[in-house]
Amino acid sequence: MIEVKAIQKSFGEHHVLKGLDLTVKKGQVTVIIGPSGSGKTTLLRCMNLLEIPTNGTLRVGDISLTFEENVQPKPKDMLALRRKSGMVFQSYNLFPHMTVLQNIMEGPVIVQKKAKEEAKTTALQLLKKVGLADKADAYPDQLSGGQQQRVGIARAMAVNPEVLLFDEPTSALDPELVGEVLKVMKELAVEGMTMVVVTHEMKFAEEVADKVVLLDQGKILEQGEPSELFNHPKHERTRAFLSRLINPI
Amino acid sequence: MSDHTERLYHIFIESFLPLLKAGVAFTIPLTLVSFAIGLVIAFVTALVRISPVGPLRGIARFYVWIFRGTPLIVQLFIIFYGLPSIGLTLPPFTAGVIGFSLSVGAYGSEIIRAAILSISQGQWEAAYSIGMTKRQALRRIIVPQALRVSVPPLSNSFISLIKDTSLAASITVTEMFQKAQEITARYYEPMLLYCEVALIYLVFSTVLSHFQNRLEHYFDSKSAKKGSLL
Repeated sequence: MIEVKAIQKSFGEHHVLKGLDLTVKKGQVTVIIGPSGSGKTTLLRCMNLLEIPTNGTLRVGDISLTFEENVQPKPKDMLALRRKSGMVFQSYNLFPHMTVLQNIMEGPVIVQKKAKEEAKTTALQLLKKVGLADKADAYPDQLSGGQQQRVGIARAMAVNPEVLLFDEPTSALDPELVGEVLKVMKELAVEGMTMVVVTHEMKFAEEVADKVVLLDQGKILEQGEPSELFNHPKHERTRAFLSRLINPI
Repeated sequence: MSDHTERLYHIFIESFLPLLKAGVAFTIPLTLVSFAIGLVIAFVTALVRISPVGPLRGIARFYVWIFRGTPLIVQLFIIFYGLPSIGLTLPPFTAGVIGFSLSVGAYGSEIIRAAILSISQGQWEAAYSIGMTKRQALRRIIVPQALRVSVPPLSNSFISLIKDTSLAASITVTEMFQKAQEITARYYEPMLLYCEVALIYLVFSTVLSHFQNRLEHYFDSKSAKKGSLL
């Protein structure tokens, strides 16, 4: 579904991604973990071109783009590649001037030119799915963080993406609200949605992920099935990172 | 009542209607027409200034630089008294509309540009993430939010404009202040008449700022920003 080949990303002199290869298979959940500053969010944002890689090749679905330093890719190509995926943001980024329903319908109606009635039906189904059928007419700032994030998931799914990208979807939430968002994500995984998730929720990774990727200093340090990576890490650094997560103090 | 007070009273009453008439016939139309055109100029200039097209950006910046950096009355004089010497003679009202619109456009463009830049990057990213083009993101997500942000400062410009239209007196538009000068020349009661015209300006801007409050309220209720926490 996604193929990342030799992707590099620099911000000026700062090399964040130092040549990464990663394959995400259809229907699988890939969880990206790693210490802060390891480049995991940048890698995710490269997958839908919110960051444009400095070098390398990126394929999402049947669209492939190769990047070169100082060459700005064509907007048309970027758009085509970006439309293969949906994104869920750490800070939700709902549109505050629109109701929940309008937020979800925006992509289908404006981007995909679907009929309003059709888009509304789909949007209501999605809202039901994330457990917010009764909030269709609310505005984002009338919702809790957990509710907003669930709307964010529904909005991302409304454009029928082939893969959903999650950028630390629960990091901005109060602890008691994390569960409701993870539950929705788990359900999506069970239904066979292809997902790439950057998160610190190790329990989620253990239960839901098909593959866990550990990033360190802009490179993939280790990847594998969660049970293997968590229980028998190959690298000393992996071991150190995991033990810090378990015993933070 | 002494004779003097009575005379003042009569002048006040007699001049009130002509002043108000000049206000309704010239000051208000001049304000509304100039502001409407000025807003369009402001909006287009703001969009050009955030566009990636370098030369256009340069032209827009040059325009804003000129019109913010020179006195409005000088601009009006150039348009009305200066342009005829290069073969372009304009009626006073038209010259006024052009001058005021360009001035509103220059200041307004900075307000709108700042409002657009104040919308968080996350809103752009969310728009892009559902597949929007830059144009769609601007039209559907960024501009509607930016316009809300710009209502209070733009209303400020509007109220300034009501008062600034008095400068049109200097290019022979018979608006309210020009009328006040005419009447003063007849009765020679400057204190009374200029205070009277000040009072009418005050009424105009008070009424119009009331509409501003209503407009802000309307936007607030639409975005449920306030008062929705039941």
